[in-house]
Amino acid sequence: MPPLPDEPLHGAIFEESTVLTLRDLSRMCAVDERHIVEFVEEGVLSVMEITKTEWHFSGAALRRARMALRLEHDLELNLAGVALALELMDELQHLRRELSGRGV
Amino acid sequence: MEFKDYYKVMGVPRDATEAQIKQAYRKLARKYHPDVSKEKNAEARFKEVGEAYEVLKTPDKRAAYDQLGKSGTAGGDFRPPPDWDAGFEFSGTGARDAQYSDFFESLFGGRARAPADGPRGAFHPERGEDHHAKVLLDLDATLHGGARQLTLRVPEIDAEGRLVSKERVLNVQVPKGILPGQHIRLAGQGARLPGESIPPGDLYIEVEFQPHALYRMDGRDLYLDLPVAPWEAALGATVKTPTPTGTVDLKIPAGSHANSKFRLKGRGIPAKPPGDFYVILQIALPPANDPQAKAAYAALAAALPFNPRSNFGV
Repeated sequence: MPPLPDEPLHGAIFEESTVLTLRDLSRMCAVDERHIVEFVEEGVLSVMEITKTEWHFSGAALRRARMALRLEHDLELNLAGVALALELMDELQHLRRELSGRGV
Repeated sequence: MEFKDYYKVMGVPRDATEAQIKQAYRKLARKYHPDVSKEKNAEARFKEVGEAYEVLKTPDKRAAYDQLGKSGTAGGDFRPPPDWDAGFEFSGTGARDAQYSDFFESLFGGRARAPADGPRGAFHPERGEDHHAKVLLDLDATLHGGARQLTLRVPEIDAEGRLVSKERVLNVQVPKGILPGQHIRLAGQGARLPGESIPPGDLYIEVEFQPHALYRMDGRDLYLDLPVAPWEAALGATVKTPTPTGTVDLKIPAGSHANSKFRLKGRGIPAKPPGDFYVILQIALPPANDPQAKAAYAALAAALPFNPRSNFGV
């Protein structure tokens, strides 16, 4: 008898299923909340939703914050440098996808 | 164990100044940073460079390392002399998340690594580390959702404490509407620590898509190049057009031209909100490879005085 096929693993789309507060985000990145606020002020991170008492971030913000921290640390960049690098990387990724979509 | 020539790794002379070492590090770090670099071995090179910099930027470590180099071990098999580091004291403030080579650890000692997710320096991890992988899916996976067999290369620490990459096949239900660059989070499929009481980490699978035979992706939108005959574009026509949700009759208005764009709202990737489907017209010319076709082209030329280069002024 052939083995039964494995029941597939179910997962959610992390970017859409996750909502993080400022506190969550700073804890998961192991940095001070102030640092995250600076990222927001510089435009590195965007707040998904602002309630009366909280900032809410999407799961995408966690990945972006971690990448920003790695760039800051490993390349010894300042905040403006991180913001510029991330913007250029976004654009590069967009263009790369467009090229691969055209089969180039 | 192989002796590591940190000066060679950094591409600096042995008498390089601190400023030169810093400059070399910054240049190499930008080149090989895993978030930035597209070089194939970027991650390994970046770790190597980080390790070299960690030693050469710290005066006491550099002095100890130079002392070692003088004993003529370069190039050959290496075993640190028993009292080699006498008189040097090392502070334990290493780069976060760093994984050092056996060579480094034999000289400067290992260091307890904080789990990537936890606060740095936590002694008792609350859960296993999260794992990350990247897969290339077919477009149908996001258009309709469905199970896919994914082959992942997952880093693992083997019995001797080395980092090795292991193949792992998972049957995963791809969520409908997932976009390129997004991640499927599989709870509990990350690293397992010894001891049943500690919950395992999660597995994050980043998705990208293979080029599709018909559709081009841009974020959540899809594009189709639709070939039409010159008379269909000129006179208008209703054309059978494939879309991800089935064939539609697309009405082409008279007087359309190459690159005319039509939007079918909400027929792109079924994300939240759904993307749109764009049709871009391409004018296809019928071949003129028989007398009848040639005569038809000649009749058209005679009937329509048309200079497509009139705006060149030549």
